[in-house]
Amino acid sequence: MDVIHYLILSGLLFTVGAVGVILKRNFIAVLLCIEIMLNAVNLSFVAFSSYLGQVHGQIFVFFVMVVAAAEAAVGLAIAIAFYRNRNTLSVDDADLMRW
Amino acid sequence: MDVFLFYFFGGITLLAAIAVVALRKVFYSAVALIVSLGSLAGLYLLLKAPFIAAVQVIIYAGAIMVLFLFVIMLLDPFSASDEPDRKKHLKTAGLVLGGAALVLLFPMLKSYSLAMTPKAPDIMAQDVGSVAELARTLFREYLLPFEVTSILILVAIIGAVVLAKRKP
Repeated sequence: MDVIHYLILSGLLFTVGAVGVILKRNFIAVLLCIEIMLNAVNLSFVAFSSYLGQVHGQIFVFFVMVVAAAEAAVGLAIAIAFYRNRNTLSVDDADLMRW
Repeated sequence: MDVFLFYFFGGITLLAAIAVVALRKVFYSAVALIVSLGSLAGLYLLLKAPFIAAVQVIIYAGAIMVLFLFVIMLLDPFSASDEPDRKKHLKTAGLVLGGAALVLLFPMLKSYSLAMTPKAPDIMAQDVGSVAELARTLFREYLLPFEVTSILILVAIIGAVVLAKRKP
C-alpha cells in the first residue's frame, strides 16, 4: 500500500470533520467532529512514520492523543456548565462572553 | 491482502465518520465515532504501529468516548439533538466549504510526488513501531515534552473540576 492512499483517506476524514464542525448545532456533536479531525491528522502522522521508517511520527500521535484527552475533559466540563446556565446545548445560544 | 484490508478499514472509518456528521441524535453520533476510531486502529496495525493501535482502542475508543457518552447521558441523550437550524444559510455554507476543501486538497495530493520524500531502505524489515523502540525515543529524546504533558493533564483535571462545579 502506498502512503498516498492513507493521505487521501486522511484528507477525506479531515474534510468530513471540518464540515461537521460547521454543520452541527449541538455542542457535544461539534466536539465529536473535532475528534474526527484530530484522528485524520493522526492517521497521516502514522502513515508518514511508517513510510519514512522513523518512530517520531508515532510519538507525535501519542502527544496528540494526550492533548485530545485534555481537550475532551475541559470541553465537556464547559458543555456541562453551559447546559446548567442555558438549559440547552445548541451552539446558537452560546452568544454571551460572560454569564 | 493489504489492499483489501486498507479499503475495508478505510471504508468503515470514512462511512462511520460521515455517519457522525449525518446522524441527527448526538448519542448515535458518538457510537458511530467509536466505530470509526476502532477501525482506524485497524489501519494503524496495517501501518505496523501496534502500540498506537492499542492506545487508540484503549484511550480513544475506551476512555475518551466513555467520557463523551457519560456527559451525553448526563445532559440529554436523545431529546435536544439537532434542533431545527435557526441559521439556514450555515448549512449551505458548510457544504460549499467542504466541497471547496476537497477541490483544493486533491490536486495538491495528486501533485505530491513521493520521490521528494527520502524513503527508508527497507521499512517492512525493520520494526519501527515496536514498543521498545517507541519507549526508547519517548523517554530519551522526548523526555521533557513527556513531563510537560503531565502538567497539561493536571491543569486539564483542575480546569474540568472547576468548570463543572456547581456554583454556590
